[in-house]
Amino acid sequence: MIMRDQSHHGINPVNLKGKAWVFGDDINTDIIIPFRFKSRTNDPYEMAKYAMYGLDPDFHKKISKGDIVVAGRNFGGGSSREQAPVALKYAGISAIIAESFARIFYRNAFTIGLPILEISEIKGKVNPQDDLKIDITNFVVENVRTNETFYARQVPEFMRQMLLEGGLVEYYKKYKHFPWIQS
Amino acid sequence: MQTTFSPSSSTLQQQHQTPNNQDISRYKNIIDDKSLTFAEKIISIKNVETSNTDSKKMCMSGDIVIVNVDLAMAQDSTGPLAIRSLNEMGIENLYDSSKVLLVLDHTFPAADEKVANLHAMIRDFVSKHNCMLIQGSISHQHILEQLATPGMIILGADSHTCQAGCISAFATGIGSTEIAAVWTTGQLWLQVPETIQIKLSGTFNKGIFARDLILDHIGKVGEDGANYKALEWKFSNDYVKRQFSMDSRACISNASMECGAKISVFPIDEITTKYLDDYPRINNNNEAEKIVIHPGNSAKHVDEYEIECNKIEPQVSGPDNVDKVHTVGEMANIEIDQAFIGSSTNGRIEDMEIVARMLKGRKVHKNTRCVITPASVKVYEDAIKRGYVEIYIESGAFFTNSTCGACVGTHLGALGENEICISSSSRNFVGRMGALSSKVYLASPATVAASAIEGKIADPRRYL
Repeated sequence: MIMRDQSHHGINPVNLKGKAWVFGDDINTDIIIPFRFKSRTNDPYEMAKYAMYGLDPDFHKKISKGDIVVAGRNFGGGSSREQAPVALKYAGISAIIAESFARIFYRNAFTIGLPILEISEIKGKVNPQDDLKIDITNFVVENVRTNETFYARQVPEFMRQMLLEGGLVEYYKKYKHFPWIQS
Repeated sequence: MQTTFSPSSSTLQQQHQTPNNQDISRYKNIIDDKSLTFAEKIISIKNVETSNTDSKKMCMSGDIVIVNVDLAMAQDSTGPLAIRSLNEMGIENLYDSSKVLLVLDHTFPAADEKVANLHAMIRDFVSKHNCMLIQGSISHQHILEQLATPGMIILGADSHTCQAGCISAFATGIGSTEIAAVWTTGQLWLQVPETIQIKLSGTFNKGIFARDLILDHIGKVGEDGANYKALEWKFSNDYVKRQFSMDSRACISNASMECGAKISVFPIDEITTKYLDDYPRINNNNEAEKIVIHPGNSAKHVDEYEIECNKIEPQVSGPDNVDKVHTVGEMANIEIDQAFIGSSTNGRIEDMEIVARMLKGRKVHKNTRCVITPASVKVYEDAIKRGYVEIYIESGAFFTNSTCGACVGTHLGALGENEICISSSSRNFVGRMGALSSKVYLASPATVAASAIEGKIADPRRYL
């Protein structure tokens, strides 16, 4: 179950629930979407067909809408390609939890309205297919199987606001200015 | 978080003034401050608050501030998404098209119809907004050769934008929609990074190059060893400094992305000055004049390293991760299908020269194809003028136009199932250059050339 505002491409997340797909360290953007696919389309749904292609070309067929990616250190390293979080989001991934994120991926995920949560102790606390609940307003994760709660690193308020609006484009459409500039 | 004004203000154009030489004196207290890092100084100067008023706000590591951006670039694989975002936001006008650069470099000339259509979309955008368009030179090399000046803030929708740190610019990569926001307002928020200082000492032994140094360092600190951080390079003396040409510095600043660095900055010295004399800026008349910023001597670093150049051996990284680094001896005898020399990391004239020296009078191994791709039209032209291309052709290597093609597996040197490549390009990630089952090893152009000759990973020192 995912609360999703279908009126625009962004999600308007408050409470997410989904099954976990667990990955290791250094999942780079070439794994998330290879260049030769992302550079030949400008359609997010086409990009989604190659989500996590580097590890499993059928990943997009296996996941259900709302599922959650859980990973180790340095998720999203390498290229600046915004198509990486876009591919995951449009494939149906509702959020990513990792021990740490690479710098550009981190910015891009907030920009396109894909919730990402940095929880340094998440390693070993989630098994594949565990049901996870995420409160995006407060950046809190619950593993339903173990009944454990995790508190993600907080982010600047303007980034949280941008995320809750579904990303930078949706924020701009609503407020006619960028979130880091308060009018 | 400093928030200052509404972007809808009609006076926005006047508010955004990059400091020029005449008012550099306004920032003297920042430039002279011994306690500030390079990143703290430049962001203290370029943050919107300081540049709009007489206040001299000091920005410290960790602060989130809005800065004025001097150059904002996207290329043919990130530009289309930026244009899409602008269209979705309904933004018709760019803030200042003279600061907007579009580059067709990743799959240039177009390898197929899909790419050609996206290139056409970019050309239409450039034509509509009258911004800069470069075709057939890799963006980072073009920026270094013609546009970057010390003290600029350069943002690019390409991770290797950090290359311009070699010329003492604050240069870093961001995503497509954020670059669209910069095109709209000329500004973006940045967090002032913490700084890692790396002191260089000693002399390289024969056959060892800048690429070996940075691969060795990445092997020690890991792919996220400098995530979110600034790298400041420092020379222990003039003798050490003279080993690091601008091409070598560009290689290091570029490859610093592979340990996650936000910026990777070299000091301004006579090598910088000579480079700027040899390669005059085409934007001499715009307001982005040179600002000489030296890091403060007593600035705080989160980490400090010393690298002794004399202790480095030829390095081979991979496969699959850049921080999986070995000496060439440990990897010798791995047979290769392709040897690739090029990319923004190692496709400069210095690289073309060493490869020509090694291939002269020798042949590429019969089981190996050798592809050589210059980083820019200028490097391409110089390689022809200096006779290198004749040597390449004589040896059986293939010389292509300037493109990111092979490095990203999009054309001109992609790999098939189970093929093995040794490459001077930027990354060796799974499927980076083609099939998921292919393997990429990274090394200096010299090690790649030696490997091309032997048909297996080989030590360059016996050819020099």
